[in-house]
Amino acid sequence: MINRYEVAETNEMIEKENLDVRTITLGISLLDCIDADLKLLNEKIYNKIYNAAKDLVKVGEEISKEYGIPIVNKRISVTPIALIGSAACKTIQDFAGIAQTLDKVAKEVGVNFIGGYSALVSKGMTPAEELLIRSIPLALSTTERVCSSVNVGSTKTGINMDAVKLMGEMIKEAAEYTKENDSLGCAKLVVFCNAPDDNPFMAGAFHGVTEADKIINVGVSGPGVVKTALEKVRGENFEILCETIKKTAFKVTRVGQLVAQEASKRLQVPFGIVDLSLAPTPAIGDSVADILCEIGLEYAGAPGTTAALALLNDQVKKGGVMASSYVGGLSGAFIPVSEDQGMIDAVVAGALTLEKLEAMTCVCSVGLDMIAIPGDTKATTISGIIADEMAIGMINQKTTAVRIIPVIGKGVGETVEFGGLLGYAPIMPVNPFSCDAFVNRGGRIPAPIHSFKN
Amino acid sequence: MEKTIITVVGKDTVGIIAKVCTYLAENKVNILDISQTIVSGYFNMMMIVDTGAMTKMHGDLADDLKALGEEIGVVIKCQKEEIFDKMHRI
Repeated sequence: MINRYEVAETNEMIEKENLDVRTITLGISLLDCIDADLKLLNEKIYNKIYNAAKDLVKVGEEISKEYGIPIVNKRISVTPIALIGSAACKTIQDFAGIAQTLDKVAKEVGVNFIGGYSALVSKGMTPAEELLIRSIPLALSTTERVCSSVNVGSTKTGINMDAVKLMGEMIKEAAEYTKENDSLGCAKLVVFCNAPDDNPFMAGAFHGVTEADKIINVGVSGPGVVKTALEKVRGENFEILCETIKKTAFKVTRVGQLVAQEASKRLQVPFGIVDLSLAPTPAIGDSVADILCEIGLEYAGAPGTTAALALLNDQVKKGGVMASSYVGGLSGAFIPVSEDQGMIDAVVAGALTLEKLEAMTCVCSVGLDMIAIPGDTKATTISGIIADEMAIGMINQKTTAVRIIPVIGKGVGETVEFGGLLGYAPIMPVNPFSCDAFVNRGGRIPAPIHSFKN
Repeated sequence: MEKTIITVVGKDTVGIIAKVCTYLAENKVNILDISQTIVSGYFNMMMIVDTGAMTKMHGDLADDLKALGEEIGVVIKCQKEEIFDKMHRI
């Protein structure tokens, strides 16, 4: 039988160490909504999402109350809209209209984000996919809750450099369109390599075409819990350090598994995966950078950071896979800058640079995330940063992503405030040398040799 | 049987257990186990109860107990057993 110490431990994790279920994300396929009539298409999308998700928030709150565990976000992901709108959309306004429908239904059912304003173009772009990508700045500036992602490369296909070039331009344009709000549009836009079909976390969530009609994916988090557990093993060797992270990740993931199964049962939607990521928030004590410091670094970014992050990411996965039969999504440690107070402190102290962050993305679960850069950064430079990050993903057979915000009207030394979970960030310097000729070549980078496994 | 764990933490005062137990009895919640300690004036209690015969919704029980706790000046949490079971048992 459960004893008092175990109950106290669980409740301390929840109350003092910010253990929470970060998101229940309902994936909804929109493939059966496809229609050549734009008006009809929008109606079908609205109705399908509304009917599938109308109880999502209520069920999330019920589970949260019964188990005493906060479930911070309830979200929706849909099939990439470039596929759904390809028969009906002839202009960027047509595509942006679908984004507005998604925004409307998201508000109606009470979810805080809806992901899937996406295109998967890792090898080539159809005219509709290119049109969707060109509509992203308009879509993000005329909606509040819609998130967009574009997959421009994979280990199997190589990197679509035309799409990389275009995304550099679109990120700049999205920043311009939303410059009144510190270029907030870019905080809802991710460029991926090897994007997973079942990621429940925003801004990169979409419902892959390989998925069922509806699916429940759950993202757990708890950097504060890992940090507190590590405080108890200060000075111990790596074996004990790793064992502690693994045990903690197991406990955290089990909670996610429980919530996922309950949500699946009550919504009568199959359970997909648990994503066992350490996702920080700007709240004090909810930081991945603080874990790195606890492992033994003065600041995130100090020599040793990549190794510390590598072991953290690996142990989180090892503990998590034992706790759930189906793990997926991104699963590992996120290293966003603006959403993590410890990362922000490291940037302000001069310990953490864009180049070090790039190195860290080789061993973490995602990529360059929520990084504010000067608003006058050239589109080709942004494309160059994206290409570097995509190459890391392609060669290492892992997901990598870029969510970078050129803040129009601001430069290095200034700060940008996004608010809420998105936090605030000091603007980081970017290498000023040109990569114009590289980015402007056009075409695609071939798939690496280790992709030929057939 | 549907097991729920009720925890009560706060400054010790007269009648905490009486008030909680009265509420549970009124709502057909059966107490299976109680353990309680007082550490430097702080009351700390854990109850394992069976809510199988309860007429209320679980969420309402949690809300009522939270309100009762605020009245007495302690924090009362009420959680289904599975969350602890899943986390601490393989």
